[in-house]
Amino acid sequence: MLGYLLKRLIQMTLVLWVVSVIVFIMMSFTGDPVFMVVPIDATDLEIEQARRLLGLDQSVLVQYWKFMTSLLHGDFGRSYVFRQPAMTLILERLPATVEMVVVAMVLAVAVAIPLGVYAGANPNGRISRTIMAGSLMGISLPGFWVGMVLIYLFAVTWGIFPSSGRGDTAEVLGLRISLVTRDGWHHIALPAITLSLGTMAILLRMTRAGMMEVSRQDFMKFARAKGATRRDVLYKHGLKNALIPVITIFGLQLGDLIAFATITETIFSWPGMGKLLIDSIYRADRPVIVVYLMLVALIFVVINFLVDIVYTLIDPRITLK
Amino acid sequence: MENSEHIPLLEVRDLHTYFHTFSGTVKAVNGVSFEIGKGEVMGLVGESGGGKSVVGFSILGLIDSPGKIESGELLLEGQDLVTAGEDRLREIRGREISMVFQDPMTSLNPLHTVGRQMDEVLRLHSDLGAEARQTTCIEMLESVGISRAAERLKAYPHQFSGGMRQRVVIAIAMLARPKLIIADEPTTALDVTIQSQILKLMRAQIADKGASMILITHDLAVVSEMADHITVLYCGNVVERGQTRDLIENPSHPYTRGLIDSIPDTTQRLDRLSQIPGSVPDIRNLPQGCNFRERCPRAQAICAQKEPSLTPQHKSLMAACHFPLKPGEAA
Ligand SMILES: Nc1ncnc2c1ncn2[C@@H]1O[C@H](COP(=O)(O)OP(=O)(O)OP(=O)(O)O)[C@@H](O)[C@H]1O
Ligand SMILES: [Mg+2]
Repeated sequence: MLGYLLKRLIQMTLVLWVVSVIVFIMMSFTGDPVFMVVPIDATDLEIEQARRLLGLDQSVLVQYWKFMTSLLHGDFGRSYVFRQPAMTLILERLPATVEMVVVAMVLAVAVAIPLGVYAGANPNGRISRTIMAGSLMGISLPGFWVGMVLIYLFAVTWGIFPSSGRGDTAEVLGLRISLVTRDGWHHIALPAITLSLGTMAILLRMTRAGMMEVSRQDFMKFARAKGATRRDVLYKHGLKNALIPVITIFGLQLGDLIAFATITETIFSWPGMGKLLIDSIYRADRPVIVVYLMLVALIFVVINFLVDIVYTLIDPRITLK
Repeated sequence: MENSEHIPLLEVRDLHTYFHTFSGTVKAVNGVSFEIGKGEVMGLVGESGGGKSVVGFSILGLIDSPGKIESGELLLEGQDLVTAGEDRLREIRGREISMVFQDPMTSLNPLHTVGRQMDEVLRLHSDLGAEARQTTCIEMLESVGISRAAERLKAYPHQFSGGMRQRVVIAIAMLARPKLIIADEPTTALDVTIQSQILKLMRAQIADKGASMILITHDLAVVSEMADHITVLYCGNVVERGQTRDLIENPSHPYTRGLIDSIPDTTQRLDRLSQIPGSVPDIRNLPQGCNFRERCPRAQAICAQKEPSLTPQHKSLMAACHFPLKPGEAA
């Protein structure tokens, strides 16, 4: 077990390092950030000065070396725009994004699993067909469109939910969380629903496919022959066996949503890190972009690791090697 | 078997189970009748595709769409299971009738411990507390010949050999002391030495608990040792039935004769081992008349026109044949 953990840790570090290299190379091909920093009427000399100040006069290799060495000292660089540590900027906005993603994921799972199990167990029923048609819409309708429709209906027409922004927050364990206030829930409802629909549809379809596959297995019939209730046969025997691919997708989706909550955040003016990323890209604020990408890579790698652990909890035949 | 009880444990009356598939209706069971008394072992034999498993699943109400019990009665101590609701069937499954499936390797849930899978039966069908249930499971595992049972309850199916898994499945089937065990080829997946071991064990368990058993197999040699009486299925129909001894020694249906002649016998030279010529017809469009006539050495014109019905033969036998064999007559 310890050996496994060590191996994974080395793997993760390696992945993160490769990501840092790729990100750095990509950054050096994008626009020159100096012009975003200096005033429009800056003289060549001023531009040159700014360039030197930001360390952009050196070669990519040197820049990378500086980045890595300060990173190892816990310094992730400063935003050109905000003149603040990039990490602080991102971490300030992380809770808002994570909060929205978690609510969206919980919603997606809570809807997708029961409906998927039902549709898989009764593949030919009318209700199942309706569910599957609905899931097809969930997959194919673009998130920004759904978001705008929801805003139009629930915010503009009926005025049930606010159309933008995050609600009141309260400090919980040092983090500013909006899920502990009524106003917070009021604000998060629409963006979380918007964000969850696509994932919900995918998870639902995966669950259904898994259940259809499992339903053919002998042990399902044997469980019924023992006198187990339909519910137990489906959930205790069936679902558990159908879950491995669902969890794989769940992990990928979770990473995706954290990384690409940007659109939803933009539509609902949600003050998360996705919005910060968009702003930073507009302003060519390289340090923020680099740290953001590294952080997302880290989140992916950690989720991946957790998913592997969950596999072993579900299936005794899978061992950590 | 002389029994004071007049109603049999299970009476199957004219059972029809069809599968309505895209390529046509499969009449898997097409008018099967038999009965089993308390404490009896009945052999249900026939070639692959004869409908043996479907009969077993029908009794337990485990026929799924596109399959359906079209007609007939399944009387368990006089109570009809065909018309019983799902709730009643669930009480019966595992407690009054249990089944050992054809393939032991796939009958157990790979993600649950053996202990949990055994415990499930007792939780469903007994009021025992957790400790008493565990003791019962351990005793049952030991009685099917699994050592270190307490420890093995915590193991998963993949940690067991095929033979051990089959023992576990048998143990599960017997756990709630059902009145009837349907054993669907309980030993085909196992090698020969383990086969006879397991059969002896099942026989002993059944005698011990006073249960009855339907032993499904295509192996007449096995049933002839185990069963009190035998029902022979061919294409979803009963072609012959009767007491084991009568049927094995002097079968009256040519199909039964063929099955018996294909049993390898140590006293026979291998080249004399016969096989029934031809193969089972496509069950989706059976020929008119007798289903067996195309493979039958005794077939005549009438066999192609009229389907024979079960009629009494010598001793205890009933056979569906226009030209049944007399005792001692060759096919
Ligand atoms: N779910 C199903 N859908 C369609 N046809 C089926 C289904 N189950 C069984 N059948 C058909 O019913 C017939 C009888 O099958 P059954 O499994 O009872 O045979 P069997 O006598 O048990 O054979 P074996 O010795 O191979 O187990 C076969 O023709 C089979 O193809
Ligand atoms: Mg079978």
